[in-house]
Amino acid sequence: MNRRFRSVALAVAARSIHNVFTNPALILPSVVFPLFFFAAFAGGLARVGDIPGFDYDPGYTAFQFAFVLIQSSAFGGVFTGFGIARDFEMGFGRRLLLAAPQRPAILVGYLIAAFVRAAFTMLVVTVVALAAGAELNAGGIDLFGLYGLAVLVNLAAALWAGGVALRVRSIQGGPLMQVPVFLLLFLAPVYVPLDLLTGWIHAVATVNPFTALLAAARDLIDGDAGTLGVAVAISAGLVALFGVWALRSLRRAEAAGG
Amino acid sequence: MSQPNGIEVDGLVRVFKKGPRAVDGIDLEVPPGEIYGFLGPNGAGKSTTVLMLTTLLPPTEGTARVAGYDVVREGAKVRIAIGAALQDAALDPFLTGREHMRLQGGLHGLDRRERERRGDELLERVGLSEAADRKVGGYSGGMKRRLDLGLALVHRPRILFLDEPTTGLDIQSRTALWEEVSRLSKEDGATVFLTTQYLEEADVLADRVGIIDHGKIVAEGTPAALKAEIGHAHVEAQPANEEDRGRLDAVLERCDGDLTSIVRELDREGIRVARLTVHEPSLDDVFLAKTGRSLEGAGDDEDELLEEALA
Amino acid sequence: MSSFGHAGLLVRRSVIRTLRQPANLVFSFIFPLLLLAVSAGGLTATTKLPNFPTNSYLTFALAVPFIQGALFSANSAGTNFAEDIESGFLSRLSLTPLSRSALLTGQLAGVVALGLLQAVVFLAVGLAAGAGFAAGIGGLPVLLALSVLITLGFGTLGALVAIRTGSGEAVQGMFPLFFVLLFLSSTSLPRDLMSVDWFRTVATYNPVSYLIEAVRSLLITGWDGKALALGFGFAAAIAVAGVYLCSRALRNRMVRT
Repeated sequence: MNRRFRSVALAVAARSIHNVFTNPALILPSVVFPLFFFAAFAGGLARVGDIPGFDYDPGYTAFQFAFVLIQSSAFGGVFTGFGIARDFEMGFGRRLLLAAPQRPAILVGYLIAAFVRAAFTMLVVTVVALAAGAELNAGGIDLFGLYGLAVLVNLAAALWAGGVALRVRSIQGGPLMQVPVFLLLFLAPVYVPLDLLTGWIHAVATVNPFTALLAAARDLIDGDAGTLGVAVAISAGLVALFGVWALRSLRRAEAAGG
Repeated sequence: MSQPNGIEVDGLVRVFKKGPRAVDGIDLEVPPGEIYGFLGPNGAGKSTTVLMLTTLLPPTEGTARVAGYDVVREGAKVRIAIGAALQDAALDPFLTGREHMRLQGGLHGLDRRERERRGDELLERVGLSEAADRKVGGYSGGMKRRLDLGLALVHRPRILFLDEPTTGLDIQSRTALWEEVSRLSKEDGATVFLTTQYLEEADVLADRVGIIDHGKIVAEGTPAALKAEIGHAHVEAQPANEEDRGRLDAVLERCDGDLTSIVRELDREGIRVARLTVHEPSLDDVFLAKTGRSLEGAGDDEDELLEEALA
Repeated sequence: MSSFGHAGLLVRRSVIRTLRQPANLVFSFIFPLLLLAVSAGGLTATTKLPNFPTNSYLTFALAVPFIQGALFSANSAGTNFAEDIESGFLSRLSLTPLSRSALLTGQLAGVVALGLLQAVVFLAVGLAAGAGFAAGIGGLPVLLALSVLITLGFGTLGALVAIRTGSGEAVQGMFPLFFVLLFLSSTSLPRDLMSVDWFRTVATYNPVSYLIEAVRSLLITGWDGKALALGFGFAAAIAVAGVYLCSRALRNRMVRT
């Protein structure tokens, strides 16, 4: 990465981060929604942890903490896609395309912003989960794996949503960024482990790549890093796939004049 | 090899899907340091040309070299050399003027200290020092245009593209912007490619004017040469007594625009005139002569066409 | 034209406008059914908890779309009303001899029709997917009446926000609040199976819980007088309060415009 590339990426990132953190309307949804899910699931469904066959040592609060952590980092990425769409809709994208010698640097800038936004949300979610009594059996290395996994999910989601944003270049593309991620998240073992699911949802969850990520996150909280390898491989694969998608979308935006 | 700070365009064409040829084979050359005025009605292909020259839109056919670099193959180098203020000054309503300067400085790779220094200097120069820490959402149209111009100058570009910089501005803001642009050219030696639909603007600012209509350049030259091509000044007179009308017209015809002989003849014939006006040929006359239409209201909406094609 | 005739026209306009918007249909039908599918699939195992009232989580969860649909209609009623205010249509109406209550009825007719349609569709889909309906055929009119009342109640709340603020954006902004109201109730588990104290307390004070429990009683138990009384009581209270507040707010707005 040369100096100029870095400068462009950091400038784009600084501006996006500035906007997000100075506008309650932008930062609040990405913090409030996960906390709300956490309250509704960990609070309202606590007895689900008592279902026969539900074996999860750290308890139901920690079980849902894993989901909300991954969910919030995924949505941090999607919200970044909204920002990109807004920028290109109002012509700001053109300013960026015009000034950046290497345009992928713009994308990198947005990704940095997505990461910072997700990191903030993850911090809040973690603090709330600990305050709510989630017991983490995880050691230092497990925690590193847990947050690393969340960052990869954030990156993959940001690349997906950013790719859509660069193609649609209008906030009208919002549902297209959001709905697939939402479906992927909720067609996974959200409330109970995979083996307690039955019927069609079990079949769907079994092939849903997100299921493995969720399982690994829950195992890590339980101090077990055994499934991390598969999860990292899957999420790295998603990052690579959506990375290509986003770069091709960027080229599409360039060909259309921003 | 083209001139290092100039613009060289050869057979440039841009066709939009389902649309006509928005730009239909344009050739032009702008030497370094010149202000080139690209004059035409709405929809003539001005903005599309600018988008191609600034590497934002790939041409369908033809080549263009800006600052010596090919806009298609060497886009990154072109972007380093140029600055541009495009038609809709795309600013972020959530950022202040100063924050815009910081962002733009960062995009152009200025280091932190240089970013601040250059930002302050340019805000001062475009008269926005006092408004620098206010959010751009509250700026007037003129302030936004001035900020956009300032932003385009952050990295001291050798070539500056201004797409209809004064459209929609009041006359005061317009004059202020004109002064700034001509200073840029004179003092900094920047090459300026300026599009406009205002005759007066092209006349006041441009060293040379290209008139574009329906994607083609229909005339090109200095404003004076273009007007001269149309003909001499044209004199109109109003007799003090209406019965002198016939004799007066005969004098005007005989003297063919030569003011001295007109006055001498009128004196000799004892015709008293209430008013005598010299009507210089304007660029509008040039436009009329070249296209058969007046510039006012000649447009068909290029913006709409662009938006449709890009959608 | 009589005031009654005017109201009839408004009813027609409101019904057509509400049913014609594809976005309305997505949010009114598809989204609630999608959430039903996800929760019925994901939470089936909870029926193994001791004291869970039924062994079909689908039957248990089928009550939720009825309420959720009503929440969406609040949004849609509010949006329609706000559009009319923003476009000046309401000001034009205020020049006619139309009474406020006729105006309100006309404006809310669309969402009530939508609510009825939703109830029928949700029940049909639920039964087709294998859910039970303990109250049987006699319970059908009761279920429909309850749905309409609930829809009307939330519809007036949406309209109230629109009339007070005159802004469609304010109506949209209120939407997440409804969502929170829905989830902090007995949506996913019966209240006596909530083990977290604060959550059970919130759900007990949340009127949405009683609306859900009334619908649920018809599906699971059959005829439960107490649950039905509470459900109809809360739904009627919301509707009456909503109509009263709307009518007052409308008077203020029509004086202003």
